[in-house]
Amino acid sequence: MPILYYIYLCLTLFSIGVVGVLTRRNAIIVFMCIELMLNAVNLLLVAFSKMYHGAAYLNSPTTTVGIDAQIFVFFIMVVAAAEVSVGLAIIVMMYRNTHSVDINFLNRLKN
Amino acid sequence: MSTLEILFYALSAFAIVSAIMVLVSKNPIHSVLWLILVFFAISGHYILLNAQFLAIVNIIVYAGAIMVLFLFVIMLMNVKKDSEPQKQLLVKFTGVIAGGSFLTLLIALVKQTSQLQGKQVLLKEGTIGLIHPLGKALFSDYVLPFEISSVLFLSAMVGAVIIGKK
Repeated sequence: MPILYYIYLCLTLFSIGVVGVLTRRNAIIVFMCIELMLNAVNLLLVAFSKMYHGAAYLNSPTTTVGIDAQIFVFFIMVVAAAEVSVGLAIIVMMYRNTHSVDINFLNRLKN
Repeated sequence: MSTLEILFYALSAFAIVSAIMVLVSKNPIHSVLWLILVFFAISGHYILLNAQFLAIVNIIVYAGAIMVLFLFVIMLMNVKKDSEPQKQLLVKFTGVIAGGSFLTLLIALVKQTSQLQGKQVLLKEGTIGLIHPLGKALFSDYVLPFEISSVLFLSAMVGAVIIGKK
C-alpha cells in the first residue's frame, strides 16, 4: 500500500477535525474533534514507522527500525488521556458557572 | 484488488463517514457514539499494519476509557441537544471553506514531494508492533519517559480533582 494513501486519509481526518473545531460551538464536541485530530496523527506516525520498517525488513527480518514511532504513539495516548481528564474537569467547572457549554460565553478575558 | 486493499478502502471510508457524522450530529451523545466508531476503524487500520499492541491500547484507552468519560460528562450536564441559533450558517460555511482549503493545500504539498513517491507501507508483516519488541524498547531506551508519564498522570489526577472540587 503506498504511503501517499495513508497520508491522504490522515489529512482528511485531520481536516474534518479542524472543521469541527471551527464550526461547532459545543465545548464537548470541540474537544472530541481535537481527539479526532490526535488520532489522525497517531495513525500517520504508525504508517510512517511501517514504511521505514518495511525498507529495512527486506535486508534483515529481525530489525527493530521504526519502533520509536510506535513508542511515540503510545506516549501521545498517555498524554491525551491526562489531557482529557483535566479538560473535562474544566468543562464541568465552566458548566457549573455559566450553565452552558457554549464556547461563545467564554469571552470574559477579552475585555 | 487484493484483500488488504479492499480492507484498507473499507476501513478508510468507514472512518471518514463516521468522522463526518461526528460533526453533523445534533445530539452530542450521537457524536460520541460516532467517534467511538472512528476509533474502531483506526484500530482496524492498526491491525492491518500489524501494530497489535497499539490497536488494543487504542480500543481500551480511547474507546473504553476516554469516550466513557465524555459520555458521563454529557449525561451529567443533561444537555440533550445544543440549541445553536440559526445565525450559524455563515460560520459553518466559513469553517468548511477554511478546512477544505487547508486540506487542498496540504494534499497539493504532499503530492509534489519527491521523497514520498513510490514508498510502500509494510502491511500485515513486520514484528515491531508486537508486545515483545515494544516492551523491550519501552523498558530499556524509554524507561525515563515512561516513569515521568506516571508523574504526569498523578499531576493530572490532582489537577482534575482540585478543579472539580471548587
